[in-house]
Amino acid sequence: MGFEFNNETFRNDFTFRNSPRAIARFPFPFDRDDYMYSVNMEPHVPGRPGSVFEHAFDVDEHYLAEMRDRALVLKDDPLRCQSLPHMELAGWDLLELIMESKARDYPHWFELHKTGNRWTWINRPMEIEQTFTFLDPSTLPYGPMEYITRQTQGDFTLQDQRDENLWIEAGMVTTQADWSLDFDIGMSFHEWHAPVPLAHEKGVFDRALKFLLKLQHGAPVRRFNWTMTVDPLLDTSPENYPKWGPTKSQITLDNIGKRQHLRVELQTLWRLPRSNAIAFPIRCYLIKFEEIVTQPKWARRLHRVVRDLHPDLAAYKGFLRNRETMVKWLSQYDDGAPTSPGWWPED
Amino acid sequence: MTKTVFEKSIRSRPVYGELQPRAGGAHLFVADGEGAGAIVDMVARAGSAAAELLEKAHIIYTPGANGTDQFAALERLGAAQCHRSPSFAAAESRLRKVLADAHMGLQVYLAGTETVIGLAQRAAMEAGLPHDAVQTEHRGSLARRVQCVHCKGITESVTTDPFVCSHCGLNLFVRDHYSRRLAAFQGVNIDAEDPGQVPPAVERFK
Repeated sequence: MGFEFNNETFRNDFTFRNSPRAIARFPFPFDRDDYMYSVNMEPHVPGRPGSVFEHAFDVDEHYLAEMRDRALVLKDDPLRCQSLPHMELAGWDLLELIMESKARDYPHWFELHKTGNRWTWINRPMEIEQTFTFLDPSTLPYGPMEYITRQTQGDFTLQDQRDENLWIEAGMVTTQADWSLDFDIGMSFHEWHAPVPLAHEKGVFDRALKFLLKLQHGAPVRRFNWTMTVDPLLDTSPENYPKWGPTKSQITLDNIGKRQHLRVELQTLWRLPRSNAIAFPIRCYLIKFEEIVTQPKWARRLHRVVRDLHPDLAAYKGFLRNRETMVKWLSQYDDGAPTSPGWWPED
Repeated sequence: MTKTVFEKSIRSRPVYGELQPRAGGAHLFVADGEGAGAIVDMVARAGSAAAELLEKAHIIYTPGANGTDQFAALERLGAAQCHRSPSFAAAESRLRKVLADAHMGLQVYLAGTETVIGLAQRAAMEAGLPHDAVQTEHRGSLARRVQCVHCKGITESVTTDPFVCSHCGLNLFVRDHYSRRLAAFQGVNIDAEDPGQVPPAVERFK
């Protein structure tokens, strides 16, 4: 694929960085110069070669480092991965989806061989070779959801569908934008989104739920979400908020380029075939402000989005206190020139 | 004493109604403190149907955390079973037995503080009853049961915001975000970004 996996950290010395290739393919989430909540879903179909949309599950240069970080989070707090008892079948559905997708899209790294229900999975980057019986959890070292999501970038939740609603009833959540799986597990769609400001009143969640209840197998959809994170910390959990909260007070004009990160979630939604559950991968991409401004269109646009964002959203996303510093620093890179529609940097 | 009126809040915050007599094969009541009044009022509304309802009624009552004990008023109703327990924890095994033994057509009525309503509702859910098949009416104290999102410990009868987690000692602000699985609101460290800057506690949940 023309790149190597980075040896980097998302904690302590924070050696995470994006290569020029990773910057150029970063999923910049703003297709215009302003932002407000919307349902903003589109079919998750293969996109431009080299982009994060090329494959169903993007594997990038941060893969191994992210998997190491996930293992550390789980060691510290096993409650970040939970599955209510009736969700095991959905876990198998997810395992199958990911294994088949990765083996198809990255055959030099991943292989899946099936003889009836006897499957062999090879993950070369992680040096794993596992033979197991599909649908028999005793043949894997973890439950099926935990097994495969310890080998796949991004958080995952599994939603059961019943009573015309979706219920978040399983998940692997170690790279979250400040929400707690342990608290939210078992909730209905509107309940787990309850703390989000403004969007309920706009009917966003009513429309999204209606849409998702009809999601079809084989027709996944995707959307973006985003927030801001100080330092390349994947685990911005509420559980650890007392540990990472103080870093928000350390942002200055001198260090903001290196320490302030735009955090983008590429969210996809998949109907699962056996369980009829919905899988919700939430893939987190981080980029430093100084990396963003190497792309002139993104620099101009991010300045305008942050400057004009509704204050309730800036507060909810947790960067109201640093917004002024962000705008001041970003303004150096905004000459006022118009930006082209869409998020691609070069268009 | 009438049912509590709540301010508009977020979608995960529970809402409560007013107990209404329903037809059913059996009637289970769980109440604490001032919740006894909700049962007495409902039985009064049942009119001529009250006698039949009480013949198949099982009342489990605990005094409120504030000391309110209205068990005598419930006893006077003449329900088939009327049990007073010193605390919800003490009553829980009895409640779970009744739910496990229940047949189709059981009607469940919960009244009193959010804590007892939430805990009894959780027991009903775990027994397989859908949460919306259970009627609830809030009466009495607004004190909250709060889970510390950091240490996971639950502090009972929280009346102020912020408050100190009874397990880890962090200063927590109380969100309206509520988990029916935990029967608890969420508490989040209020001075995480600026350690030591804790605003004075205000009595928000009397």
